[in-house]
Amino acid sequence: MQKVKYIGGALVILLAAWQAASRLGGWNEALFPSPWSTLRGLGELLASGVLAADISASLGRFALGYISAVLLAMGLGLVLGWYRNIWNYLNPIAQVLRPVSPVAWLPFIVLFFGIGEMPALVIIFIAAFFPVLLATVAAVQGMDPVYLKVARNFGIGQPRILGKIVFPAVFPRIATGLHLALGTAWVFLVAGEMAGAQSGLGFLIIDARNNLRADWLMAAIITIGVLGLALDGIVSYLEGQIYRRWGIRRN
Amino acid sequence: MSYIKAEDVSRQFTRADGSVFQALDHVDLEVKQGEFICLLGPSGCGKSTLLNILAGFESASAGKVTIAGQAVTKPSPRYVTIFQNYGLLPWRTVLKNVELGLEEQPIPAAAREKTARHYLEVVGLQDFADSHPAELSGGMQQRVAIARALAVDPEIIFMDEPFAALDALTRMKLQDEVSAICREQKKTIIFVTHDIDEAVVLADRVVVMTPNPGHIKTILPVDLHGQRDRTSPDFWDIRERIFECFALKPEDKTEYYI
Repeated sequence: MQKVKYIGGALVILLAAWQAASRLGGWNEALFPSPWSTLRGLGELLASGVLAADISASLGRFALGYISAVLLAMGLGLVLGWYRNIWNYLNPIAQVLRPVSPVAWLPFIVLFFGIGEMPALVIIFIAAFFPVLLATVAAVQGMDPVYLKVARNFGIGQPRILGKIVFPAVFPRIATGLHLALGTAWVFLVAGEMAGAQSGLGFLIIDARNNLRADWLMAAIITIGVLGLALDGIVSYLEGQIYRRWGIRRN
Repeated sequence: MSYIKAEDVSRQFTRADGSVFQALDHVDLEVKQGEFICLLGPSGCGKSTLLNILAGFESASAGKVTIAGQAVTKPSPRYVTIFQNYGLLPWRTVLKNVELGLEEQPIPAAAREKTARHYLEVVGLQDFADSHPAELSGGMQQRVAIARALAVDPEIIFMDEPFAALDALTRMKLQDEVSAICREQKKTIIFVTHDIDEAVVLADRVVVMTPNPGHIKTILPVDLHGQRDRTSPDFWDIRERIFECFALKPEDKTEYYI
């Protein structure tokens, strides 16, 4: 109940500030839309089916890029966390690559993969890959040694121990990395889709700008925000379920 | 005929600053099959190190450990260890936790489950088969660990301060249960503790260890004539003798918190 109050309050504040800015700013309606014209623009996008098509294009791309990054990063992180000697050599490389914004790679990505569908996928992939990889490695290295003792005691050998004991034991800590990566990757979705994609929410933003449809632009921004929030909510819920099952109290 | 035999076992650790720490210093111990042995001593006396070496988790720096005539080189399901923090797998149900060790053996799934359920019954947790460890109390979790150990029908059970994290009443209850279960199942038990009463209640023989360097000071047989009553005069007598063992150490000014 308290939460509804806060969200409602936030909405009122946002709408009031927005309305005031568009009224008092004196900008052309085509450059900065009022809430009302944004709502109308959103209605248009919905009615024409453009928004639904772009949302599904974006979500499809996002799912492919994110899931492939997560699977690869978890698998690699599991092995690299386990074989500390290899990781000691790779860690400096990962630490240098991690802080680079995925968008910086764009010219090279275009060079390697061409324009169109791939840049968005690759950028989402890079954005999600490093947080998950580092979280997995850290989780494996920081695992409670009692699990390994139990596994050795009962004769659970390599490589089965990785799937049977190590991965589930560290999964709650990886889940935190998955959550983080989801947010980061969603942020870079739009940037990725600006590099020649012909569909998706990033493309919608470029398209709206080129057509001087600020109302569509604003509608697209709101859609991206709301979808990002929804994805985050789903992952938070799943994370909570995992923590509960594993008996970890959330702080 | 001794079953577990540690001959002249020493173990050194090198600290981060390069200095050497003598955890175990020339330890000899012989245990007969079916005996319940408590390794008793303050922290730093090497009791857990000795247990880890006997169980095959660590190797000795010098000396020899054999079980049934065979040198111990690595852990084996024939000698199961129970840990202070239970070592249960939180993502598995209680039943699946008990089945863990059996999964490594060529046993059909149905027989596996039957065995697991049987040992859950032994520890009185048959109604919690489908719960997850996080839903159980500490004492119940340790019971699951005991069931898991018993399920693979080991010859020896090593216990590393298994009740240290439990409250006093739960601890006493579990002591009695473990004592009864292990004697009934005819297991050889090596039990590490820093609690004198616990050692006297449980052990056939109490191995009293002292630190700096860790070694065995004396081994006291506990003859309570099958009456493990915490209030009996015999109990207090043995307890007194152990107290004396720790107090009568004029060459060592270390303080003990036991």
